[in-house]
Amino acid sequence: MTTPLLQVRGLSVIARTGQRDITLVDRLSFDLGEGEILGLVGESGSGKTLACRGLMRLLPAPNLRVEGQSVRLAGHDLLQLDEAGMRRLRGRELGMIFQNPSSHLDPLMRIGEQIAEGIRLHQGASRREARAEAIEVLRQVGIPDPQSRVDNYPHEFSGGMRQRAMIAVALGCNPRVLIADEPTTALDVTVQAQILRLLLELRDRRGLSMILISHDLGVVAQTCDSIAVMYAGRLCEHGAKHEMLARPRHPYSAGLLACHPAAQPEAVRMTTIAGQPPLLDDLPAGCRFESRCPQAMPLCRQQLPELLEASPGHRLACHTPLLAGGLS
Amino acid sequence: MSLARYRFVLIRPLQLLPVLLGISIITFVLVRSIPGDPARVLLGARSTPDAIQKIRAQFGLDEPIWVQYLYFLKNLLNGDLGKSLLYKVDALPLIASRIEPTLMLVLGSVALALLIAVPLAILAARSKGGWADNLIRLFTTAGLGLPAFWLGLMLILLFSVHWGLFPVSGYGRTWADKLHHLVLPCLTIALALSAVLVRNLRASILLEMQADHVTAARARGLGEGAILRRHVLPNSMVPTINLLAVNIGWLISGTVVIESLFSLPGVGQLLVRGIFTRDYMVVQGVAMVLACATVAVNFLADVATTVLDPRVKIQ
Repeated sequence: MTTPLLQVRGLSVIARTGQRDITLVDRLSFDLGEGEILGLVGESGSGKTLACRGLMRLLPAPNLRVEGQSVRLAGHDLLQLDEAGMRRLRGRELGMIFQNPSSHLDPLMRIGEQIAEGIRLHQGASRREARAEAIEVLRQVGIPDPQSRVDNYPHEFSGGMRQRAMIAVALGCNPRVLIADEPTTALDVTVQAQILRLLLELRDRRGLSMILISHDLGVVAQTCDSIAVMYAGRLCEHGAKHEMLARPRHPYSAGLLACHPAAQPEAVRMTTIAGQPPLLDDLPAGCRFESRCPQAMPLCRQQLPELLEASPGHRLACHTPLLAGGLS
Repeated sequence: MSLARYRFVLIRPLQLLPVLLGISIITFVLVRSIPGDPARVLLGARSTPDAIQKIRAQFGLDEPIWVQYLYFLKNLLNGDLGKSLLYKVDALPLIASRIEPTLMLVLGSVALALLIAVPLAILAARSKGGWADNLIRLFTTAGLGLPAFWLGLMLILLFSVHWGLFPVSGYGRTWADKLHHLVLPCLTIALALSAVLVRNLRASILLEMQADHVTAARARGLGEGAILRRHVLPNSMVPTINLLAVNIGWLISGTVVIESLFSLPGVGQLLVRGIFTRDYMVVQGVAMVLACATVAVNFLADVATTVLDPRVKIQ
């Protein structure tokens, strides 16, 4: 196997509160191949977004820090770079798009200028070249009449067009890896499908690799090649999409799947996973899912399961995995 | 597409008319309710009942007040503010000749205040909680707390009397001379004004630094300097411009104190002398001019906000 484009080893995000450190993302490891789309799934607060912010070293608060073995991308170890070196990689190697396009675009700057900003910065283009390139990128993300739209302000765009514009801003920098943080959550269903199709198209046309953060398994099922499930700051299962959807082995993954409305078309009550995830400042010694797990054994309470390769290309952190065949 | 946003530029001046009418009535009545008779003030020790009566008739002061007001309005429509009782000349050209120093004082103060406030606010925001931030907070607290006349006196003592750098008072003839005379009065106002601006702008900058679109700009690799210049400052200037407009309105009437302190021959000084001598025409004329200026400044702020923020649509 060729070396992956992005190689994450033991990435942690740690919050300092008073005298104590709280680990919010715990030793995340995964690979992302060229042109691969990885779906990062988990409920709110499981650390998906924080992990990706940590990857870009753009943490939302000053008391957060990143630790880990290595994050390798394009011949660099992102954890060893200084801020200036990291800034050169942001945008050019590692782009990011966000959940809420309305607030992530500068309301006072024309769309075209915001796209051109990255183009000029990373490609050293002139103002005129950058503008032409911005129009081209807008066309690629499916904005009609890009020649005149390039001079619009964000508030003159609809929600779906703003998401396209934000993708265009990230694409202008021509990144190799695009982190998409819940890119369709704020959009209605038809627009959602259009944006997902656009992301797939971009992968095919540009060979873009993506990390798609989502809590919506439907979105992930439509787009991703592989799926990684996070629970309470840890990866609990990671494998190829079809494996994960057809034969989830971690009880939490199976529970998530069972909760998806499409999995239970005739149910009167929606299935849920009983209980709450543990508080990150008061973690149990054993498995973090133990208190909610239908499969739990005494061992689960005592020992934290490590993420190990269960079968080729499928990693699992569970003492009592489901048999390859579905819910037992 | 966006030109419609500027339609208020044509409509707003029309809305000004009722405002000015109201102001004219209020000042007209107020000035006349000050105890004292202008004719008596004018004649001083030489006043005889006959002479007073003559002066009163000459300026129409013996008519009922509403008749006087209608005369005033009629003359106003012809661009005539009446005759100054004290100077015996038309009030309008008299006021007009005093506008330049006041205008220069206000413009100079605002420019100087921005020159002081913007860098200080940036520095304070970037070193939030650090010693520079605390030092700047000390400056703004002092600037807000110290009365302008005292600050002006101290500046005169230091820069004029002690170091001899700037003239103590008065206004020059050539432009260079005028600017030289304006430095200290402008600085006096600017120190107080910038204190207000720094506080406001610092808070806006800090808020804007947390904004999502700033995170997005960082995510595409922009440096902190470019982010500040291109994204943070424009967004935080919008609320500051409105604050500035309110303060300029306040400042236009506040120039009265500074002009008296530095003996600048401006509108404010004319107003003070007009009040003491019961020079009705001059006082109401100046009041009208100041009212117009205040309304104009707010209008300009609306224009500036509209230019800066494409979302704004003023009705």
